Amino acid sequence: METKTLDAGAIRTSKDAAPTTGGVSKQKARMSRLMVSPSVLLLLLWMVVPLSMTIYFSLIRYNLLYPGENEFVGLENFHFFVTDLGFMAGMTNTLLLVGSVLLITVVFGVLISLLVNLAFWGQGIVRVLLISPFFIMPTVNALVWKNLLLHPVSGVFAAIWQFFGAQPIDWFSEFPLFSIIMIVSWQWLPFAILLLMTALQSLDQEQQEAARLDGAGPWALFWHLTLPHLARPIAVVVMIETIFLLSLFAEIFTTTGGGPGYETTNLAYLIYSQALLQFDVGLASAGGLIAVILANIAAFFLVRVVGKSLTEKQ
Amino acid sequence: MADLTIKNLKKSFGDLEILKGINLNIKDHEFVVFVGPSGCGKSTLLRSIAGLEEVTSGHIYLDDREITELAPAKRDLAMVFQSYALYPHMSVRKNMSFALELAKESKETINSKVAEAARILELEPLLDRKPKELSGGQRQRVAIGRSIVRQPKVFLFDEPLSNLDAALRVQMRLELARLHHDLKATMIYVTHDQVEAMTLANKVVVLNQGQIEQVGSPMELYHSPANRFVAGFLGMPKMSFLPATVVSSDHQGTRIQLADGATLALPVNGATLHKNSQVTLGVRPENIHVSDPSESDFTGRLDIAENLGSDTYCYVKTSSNETLTVRTPGNFTCNFGQQIGLSLELDQCHLFDDQDQALPRLERIAA
Repeated sequence: METKTLDAGAIRTSKDAAPTTGGVSKQKARMSRLMVSPSVLLLLLWMVVPLSMTIYFSLIRYNLLYPGENEFVGLENFHFFVTDLGFMAGMTNTLLLVGSVLLITVVFGVLISLLVNLAFWGQGIVRVLLISPFFIMPTVNALVWKNLLLHPVSGVFAAIWQFFGAQPIDWFSEFPLFSIIMIVSWQWLPFAILLLMTALQSLDQEQQEAARLDGAGPWALFWHLTLPHLARPIAVVVMIETIFLLSLFAEIFTTTGGGPGYETTNLAYLIYSQALLQFDVGLASAGGLIAVILANIAAFFLVRVVGKSLTEKQ
Repeated sequence: MADLTIKNLKKSFGDLEILKGINLNIKDHEFVVFVGPSGCGKSTLLRSIAGLEEVTSGHIYLDDREITELAPAKRDLAMVFQSYALYPHMSVRKNMSFALELAKESKETINSKVAEAARILELEPLLDRKPKELSGGQRQRVAIGRSIVRQPKVFLFDEPLSNLDAALRVQMRLELARLHHDLKATMIYVTHDQVEAMTLANKVVVLNQGQIEQVGSPMELYHSPANRFVAGFLGMPKMSFLPATVVSSDHQGTRIQLADGATLALPVNGATLHKNSQVTLGVRPENIHVSDPSESDFTGRLDIAENLGSDTYCYVKTSSNETLTVRTPGNFTCNFGQQIGLSLELDQCHLFDDQDQALPRLERIAA
């Protein structure tokens, strides 16, 4: 941490020192601006064109089943999307999904990485095994869970239930959202473990010894030293996972298809179903914009509230 | 009261024996410095006393209480670490009050103790800062403050000044000496810096390869080292060693012959020596003088002279190609390769037998 601040200082001073050469550095600045402009322009186009097209589509009637009837309808698409039955369900499911996966991955991530941080035989292999689910494609992951683990007839869980003489559970029809949460948590837990495990390795040994001399037990050590030390990586886990989980799609698509009813439909899936199942591009565009706004609100809160308060503690 | 007694303490990491049976008594109010080269076990010894390392065998007593197996927090010791080990997310105040809060002391007691420590260490304006907003010296003081508030029987310091720059180190050294005086505390201090050892300690413990080489006051160790290791370890620049053979010896004195042929009569009790046995002569740089070649003990060729202003250290090669370090006044000038005569203060020389043990010097006849 110390070296980081030092580095930042060094960079700043070198930047400050540069403009003293006057004309030469001005020319350099113009040159460098010129050099980066192609990529900036490309990125801008990449962002602006689809965004403006989406805004345009959201304001007109644009249904693939009725070609040629593309008149301006104002905010009607937004109105339809928001009052749609699926909208409230999609919102709730999105929040439930993101919230519970975050909770599970952070809590279990901290516990597991604490456990793996202890020295034991075969540590290296266990660590690789813990990380590996992250390298599995979301679709494959969902299929493995659907067909090999949660399947009510041939799944591993069903076999366990039967072994104890219980009635196997049909997970996707009885607990659809919970099943999705389970699958996604399994996929994202390694990410949390990876970040937290590496963070734990940089926990200062002498600080812990000092705390032990100060009379801190295991719980006090965890609460006063380990957890504050992990605040920053936890904030990173929360932020990155939120960004990816808000647009969760493949797992839902391959397992429940948003059902039964709207029980596992999140906003991303709702937009997909509007655009490609009901062929209403205008409505889907409006939904997409709403999702963009919601994601921005979430990002704003995360960066400002979660990120800042946690990092300030350090 | 705070008397620390260590009896036959041993510590091994696997097959590697780090401490090979340490016996030591530390009395109340003493400032004891463990000094030795890297890997000699001085930090391990300190950490064993603190309870951060489990000992393999042996006993540690604080007053009459055995603390060998006790948890670190219950030993009535406080430690200052090399990296200071401040809790990064806590303010200075919280850093200092942490131990007291864990011990569930009342708010008033905590506040008064923290205020007192802050006053002693002049930390009052910094109490609400975080460690990363402090300079190295200030962090050091917070680390000391954190141990003061606990009012321990013994303070342990693990190379506390090694992360500071030279000027600050001198200043903190003086502050530590004053602190020891003001608190009247028992302090154990680990360092590899012999200046810290010489200036701070009442008692220096020289460790080498997991064993105590010698214990004594700084001056005792400097003037009468028990063996060649201690003699070579203390003193800057180092003592010069010359191999020699015994010509004649008895309890009145010893005559030796150096490799280049010069013979010297030393006021050293040589009763245990035999004729022709190998010995080592040890001379400190300040006990060699440059003199006229015709009336010198022997001559040498000047190799390098280091001028420090106040002194000049000359490295002289003898005719038998051994290097001697000579301390001369700052205004001494000499050319590379020049032949110079050298005289020894024979009553200040040390003689070591073939086991590298120092031979007892005869009582100097009162002049």
